[in-house]
Amino acid sequence: MENLLEVKNLSVTFRTLQGEIQAVRDVSFDIKKGSVTAIVGESGCGKSVTSKSIMGLVKTPGFLSEESKILFQGENIQEYTQAQWEDYRGQKCSICFQDALTALNPTMTIGKQIMEKILVHKKVSKKQAWDEAVEVLARVGIPNPELRMKQYPHEFSGGMRQRVMIGIAVTLNPALLIADEPTTALDVTVQADILDMMKEIQKEHHMSIILITHDLGIVANFATDIIVMYAGKIVERGSAYDIFYRPAHPYTKALLRAVPRLDMEDEELETIEGAPPNMANPPKGCPFAARCKMRCDICETAFPEEICVGEGHEVCCWIREEEQ
Amino acid sequence: MDKKAMKKVFLSNKMAVVCTILVLLIVLAAILAPLSPYDPDASNVAEKMQGISSKHLLGTDDIGRDTLTRTIYGGRVSLIVGFASMCVAVIVGTFIGTISGYMGGMVDVILMRIVDIFMSVPSLLFIIAIYAFLPRNMFSLVGMLAFFSWTKVARVVRAQTLTLKERDFIIAAKSLGVSRGTIIRTHIIPNLMPQIIVSASLSIANAILDESALSFLGYGVQLPMASWGSMLQTAQKFILHNPIMAVAPGVMILATVLCFNVLGDILQQILDPKLIK
Amino acid sequence: MKKFIVNRLAQMLIVFITVSIFSFSIIYFSPGDPLYLYTSPAKSSYKMTDEQMDAMREELGLNGNVIERYLNWAGNMLKGDWGMSVSNHQPVKDQIMDKLPNTIGLMGAALVLSVLAAIPLGLLAGYYKNRWIDNIISGISYLGISLPAFWFGIMMIIVFSLHLGLFPSAGMRTVGVTSAADVIRHAILPVIVLSVNNTAVFVRYIRSNTIEQMEEEYVTTAVSKGVPRVQVMKNHVLKNCLLPIITMVGMNFGTLITGSFIVESVFGWPGLGTLCMSAVNSRDYTMIMGITMLACTVLLIGNFLADVLYGFADPRIKQGKEKSNG
Repeated sequence: MENLLEVKNLSVTFRTLQGEIQAVRDVSFDIKKGSVTAIVGESGCGKSVTSKSIMGLVKTPGFLSEESKILFQGENIQEYTQAQWEDYRGQKCSICFQDALTALNPTMTIGKQIMEKILVHKKVSKKQAWDEAVEVLARVGIPNPELRMKQYPHEFSGGMRQRVMIGIAVTLNPALLIADEPTTALDVTVQADILDMMKEIQKEHHMSIILITHDLGIVANFATDIIVMYAGKIVERGSAYDIFYRPAHPYTKALLRAVPRLDMEDEELETIEGAPPNMANPPKGCPFAARCKMRCDICETAFPEEICVGEGHEVCCWIREEEQ
Repeated sequence: MDKKAMKKVFLSNKMAVVCTILVLLIVLAAILAPLSPYDPDASNVAEKMQGISSKHLLGTDDIGRDTLTRTIYGGRVSLIVGFASMCVAVIVGTFIGTISGYMGGMVDVILMRIVDIFMSVPSLLFIIAIYAFLPRNMFSLVGMLAFFSWTKVARVVRAQTLTLKERDFIIAAKSLGVSRGTIIRTHIIPNLMPQIIVSASLSIANAILDESALSFLGYGVQLPMASWGSMLQTAQKFILHNPIMAVAPGVMILATVLCFNVLGDILQQILDPKLIK
Repeated sequence: MKKFIVNRLAQMLIVFITVSIFSFSIIYFSPGDPLYLYTSPAKSSYKMTDEQMDAMREELGLNGNVIERYLNWAGNMLKGDWGMSVSNHQPVKDQIMDKLPNTIGLMGAALVLSVLAAIPLGLLAGYYKNRWIDNIISGISYLGISLPAFWFGIMMIIVFSLHLGLFPSAGMRTVGVTSAADVIRHAILPVIVLSVNNTAVFVRYIRSNTIEQMEEEYVTTAVSKGVPRVQVMKNHVLKNCLLPIITMVGMNFGTLITGSFIVESVFGWPGLGTLCMSAVNSRDYTMIMGITMLACTVLLIGNFLADVLYGFADPRIKQGKEKSNG
């Protein structure tokens, strides 16, 4: 399969009063056409900053390093002009945020917010844009779309709002959809509905999706590939099958043990002790070493190279499978 | 952010340093006022209404008093009034703000309604109206200014107390059976210090501005004592003949108030957690 | 919305009553006899007999205990009888109503000028946060906030009236001239001086609002939809950052009123301020009360209108939901 997006050596630094916070450190990955890639990690691991970099939404005091390269369909988006950015955002690549209540304009009707996107990218009349927007609402499963068009975000329930958010993102069928924690703020049953809906839309239009989440549970039935990030670095990547059934990194294993399962009876859910390192002054060695049960001396002095443990399954860890 | 880091940020801000130095200079001048060769209140009709000269750097007023000397002495009054009414306002405001925020419930509702009422009256007009019936001295002036300005401090302090109240160390102290008064005194107020300092800075600025306006209108300190405002009242009568008289006191008010405003704002920005993120 | 208005009205009434009791009691309890004008040898050349004094007290409503006097006064106020001026025996209401339009005109013009100047300046400064244009605008607004209005007035008179001779230095009309152009020429300096402080406050408010709004996530959403920058500003930031201006104008009514009193006395503008000053100097307490209560009423109505307008402009409140930020 062809690569839709290639991220190469992405590093993002935030220059703050407390020093330089290295949110993302030398991250590279590819997104294939039609794939669903989940980027998994705790909050603050750099997954959201990565997604914002792909949209060109990193704001000062955040800066991308000079080596960072993001290629979308072979074009380096770092070199985009303002007009090219406006064309790229929304039409080719789209993002939907976690909290639809703050991500939607509280003083603008839902209809206007959808039509705005259509009118910016397509030369259509307001009437046509209205009709298209109604279709969008129907597509994401909102009853009475005509009526809902005239309502404001606060008049929607949390789940409905998130549907609208996703609806806006998939309007115009972008090639790449980034969903940043799309279901975190919702009830579990609503979560499942929305994920199903996203799956359908993805299949229908052969869209690529980057799913940012901290919850491995929700990606199980959805993602084709999984990237695990920790402290601004990728620690493991592979197909969903590999990550779930053959996890190689102690952090991935710990994450999996923290996901509740139906077949659990008396076992207690495990937690990962400790907290991620301070990113203003990240450790020289493996950032997870301090919390790792299997750490040895070398873990604290040098960061492990990425090694291949199976086809398309790579891990950054000094500990070999056999030893574990 | 810890205190050391705050100090570092504060000192790296050029505006903050310039304003601090200016304020210190103005205070120093007020303290050293007696070094001036002239008596601020003694008239000298032979030298009245003079312009700028090497003898009188800023000229003299209608009865021959040295404008520079009077401006420096005037600074004493303005600064003392500003500082004193700030102190009263901050103490009262902190007291009421912490009680309102910490106790909550009806106490909070009633106290905040009172604050609302204070905030919705034209204070200067009230001060002038009340002034018609009060003895005109520095005490009543300070009292009046503080009476109408503690509410701003109280609001800030209350809001901050509300968030502090939910913090673990307060809850811990509460569950250990520490009394309300002790919690407020030993846990809440020390943690409010940064916000109180900001309010204090803005409060001085306001007090000096209001004092000068009152004195200008003739309701401030009484003659022959000079404050910057009352000097301008005199100066206004002579703008045709000696406009220079009106410049110095006004510039001093502007500079002092500006410095305190800027300092308060910079401190607030340093304290704003949004910036640290 | 109806509930919101009723709530606000009730609140307003409480504030109004409290203010009236408050100001009444201060004047009631304060030392000094309101009739001192007539008894003080320094102020008055003739001496009244005790009977004459009693008759006068009766006439001015100075007899009875504090509650009686308050109720009596409040009842009369509501009926439109604001009492007689202690110093010149003319009805307080007539004198106030005579001057009121002059003050309202001054305040209105200054308010319009402030808002018109502050909106573009505040938006520019907020959009170009920490760039040179923001530094200039913010610097000037700091000056504006710290500037004593009366001193600025004096400086304006020195420069524009005395040196350049462009505008008259005092009063509202040239003697014998009745044209509107003449009034406007007299009003220019006072209006500018009165508006400076409010403009500066508004600029800072709009600036920080703009910055805050631009950091809201829905602005990021709009950008990520591919909406051009100018359109993001126009469709998203502008409305949400101009809405609170309505509240802010309401909140600053108080400073506007006291400001206009100061400006009036600098420029000799024949309005409520000048009237108030002379009333205070002669301890004309009926007049002081009248003006204070009127100023509070204007202020409360201003606050109320601002709240209601805001309610209509913000869909969240219009439909009965609480403001999210209180």
